[in-house]
Amino acid sequence: MAQKTRDESADFIRGPGFFARLRISVLWRYPVLPVLILLALLITGIFSPLIEPKDPFTQSLRARNAAPAWNSQWYEEHPRVELRYLLGADHVGRDVLSRIMRGAQISLMVVVVALGAGTVIGTSLGLLAGYFRGPIDEAIMRIWDMWAAIPFLLIALVIATVIGNSIPIVMGLLAMVSWSAFVPNVRAEVLSLKERDYISNARIAGASSRRIIFRHILPNVLNTVVVIATLRIGGLILAEASLGFLGVGIPKPTPTWGNMINDGREYLSSAWWISFFPGLAIFLVVMSLNFFGDWLRDRWDPRLRQAG
Amino acid sequence: MRRFLLRRFISAVLSLIGATFIVFVISIGADDPLLLYAKPGGYGVSPEQVQALKEKLGLDKPIVVQYTLWFARAAKGDLGKSIFDERDVSKKIAERIGATLKLGVASWIFATLLGVPLGVLAAVKRGSGWDYLGRFVALFGQAIPNFWLGIVLVLIFTVRLDWLPSSTAGEGFISIKHMIMPVVVLGTSTAAGYLRITRSAMLEVLDAEFIKLARSKGVGNSLIVWKHAFRNALIPPLTVSAILLTGFITGSVVTETVFAWPGLGRLAVDSVAANDFPLVTGITLIFVAAWVLMNFAADLMYAIVDPRIRLS
Repeated sequence: MAQKTRDESADFIRGPGFFARLRISVLWRYPVLPVLILLALLITGIFSPLIEPKDPFTQSLRARNAAPAWNSQWYEEHPRVELRYLLGADHVGRDVLSRIMRGAQISLMVVVVALGAGTVIGTSLGLLAGYFRGPIDEAIMRIWDMWAAIPFLLIALVIATVIGNSIPIVMGLLAMVSWSAFVPNVRAEVLSLKERDYISNARIAGASSRRIIFRHILPNVLNTVVVIATLRIGGLILAEASLGFLGVGIPKPTPTWGNMINDGREYLSSAWWISFFPGLAIFLVVMSLNFFGDWLRDRWDPRLRQAG
Repeated sequence: MRRFLLRRFISAVLSLIGATFIVFVISIGADDPLLLYAKPGGYGVSPEQVQALKEKLGLDKPIVVQYTLWFARAAKGDLGKSIFDERDVSKKIAERIGATLKLGVASWIFATLLGVPLGVLAAVKRGSGWDYLGRFVALFGQAIPNFWLGIVLVLIFTVRLDWLPSSTAGEGFISIKHMIMPVVVLGTSTAAGYLRITRSAMLEVLDAEFIKLARSKGVGNSLIVWKHAFRNALIPPLTVSAILLTGFITGSVVTETVFAWPGLGRLAVDSVAANDFPLVTGITLIFVAAWVLMNFAADLMYAIVDPRIRLS
């Protein structure tokens, strides 16, 4: 560590330019760009109704398939559309940018709830399986095995047609998908922690199983849990978007990134921006999350490398 | 070894039963379409006739009994009849399964050919341009929503350039022109998965003592990479194959919808839209069975490649 610091200060004395130093010190070692993208998502998600340039639900016949703002030709041909649409408008004249922003809020809410539920369930089962071993472990792991073999997109399709689609149902479905990643990793962690001396000491001192699990084991697996959760969010956002794309996600007209892409499919040749920008948003956010998750894992829990 | 495989086999069968049971219960639990006819002001079908029909279809029995009957018939290859056109579900599935298999196999070959060599290259030439290319492909492939990738490809290659057709499987057994885009869409995230895992497995093995010994003995570099390192680094990609291939099941549903590919995935979407439950349950059974089979094959390969498992 000391060696490394000296090398860098030597670089500094030799005098690399300002940007080279910036690259060495911050951009490379910390995921700056991904964090900025995620911050933008978070701020948009929380404040979207306040900062949307236009109302995401207002339709306009004149602005049907209006081109993005930089396409001056379109706006010259359509002089009656007064205000330009930054990223264009969709097939019923709703502002694409505002809908992406509102979609960010909805996706964020759905994914956070689903992931929260999945984290609690998965971590608890992992703790139970690893701590108690025996038949409990066996039962949990068999259920886990079975669960992993269920194609949830198909189940989601069936549920959406039978029960109808709504925000709580999408949340429930995503929660059903999200818990399984936690179980084997938390379980393995608990198995190794259980062999440590401090656990035996706690037991000799008369601590109950509940106390040992919550006071002595849980705090030590939290790193793993946070890393897995970060790595899972991207997958959940993609899953939610897939549901929206297949038309079984959150019902229209509520904007989600998935159903916006679905909306634009028929207008690919005339208005590519309807589908393109929401997909770009998904891509950037998921990429940033994966990048950030990898970085976090390397810092906090390199043993999870194989699991990622 | 035998115990290991037996355990895996039992859990595979349990998965099959569990997944089909869930779909069966959900689909049967729907508001019975027959009731529409028997309601006051309905279509004039008497409750007695509804009862008779229910008995004929077995809908009056408890759900577990219905499921057992269905499963027993399914084991003999009889998946019932489609509600929509009264044709055998197994026949309808047989017509479509070829297109899905074709797409799946081609995508798997694409993913392996792109992911594994690039992963090896990225690990061997760590820190070089290849490594950065590898990392980029991995990040890109895992973050891009496959349906969006499909749409962007259609936008570029069909709408703008008019080079490739954007729908159906085309004429003949294999139409390369029709296959390129669906294969890329379905295979990209799997390729990224293979790449990541191959790279990290290779890095780990290349760091091992026996590689250093081989090097100090003077073994040539390509022999070290391909014979000593690669064979050992194959285990992780093999074992995650099953997990990566589950992506194909949901992936094929989405990809086939984007490209109007005449396979099982689209049949599933269409049959759900038509409330055709025997067909939905049948397709789910096929998908889960495929998954379980792949999983079992991966376990088998795992045991073959890694003697530690075979002998324990």
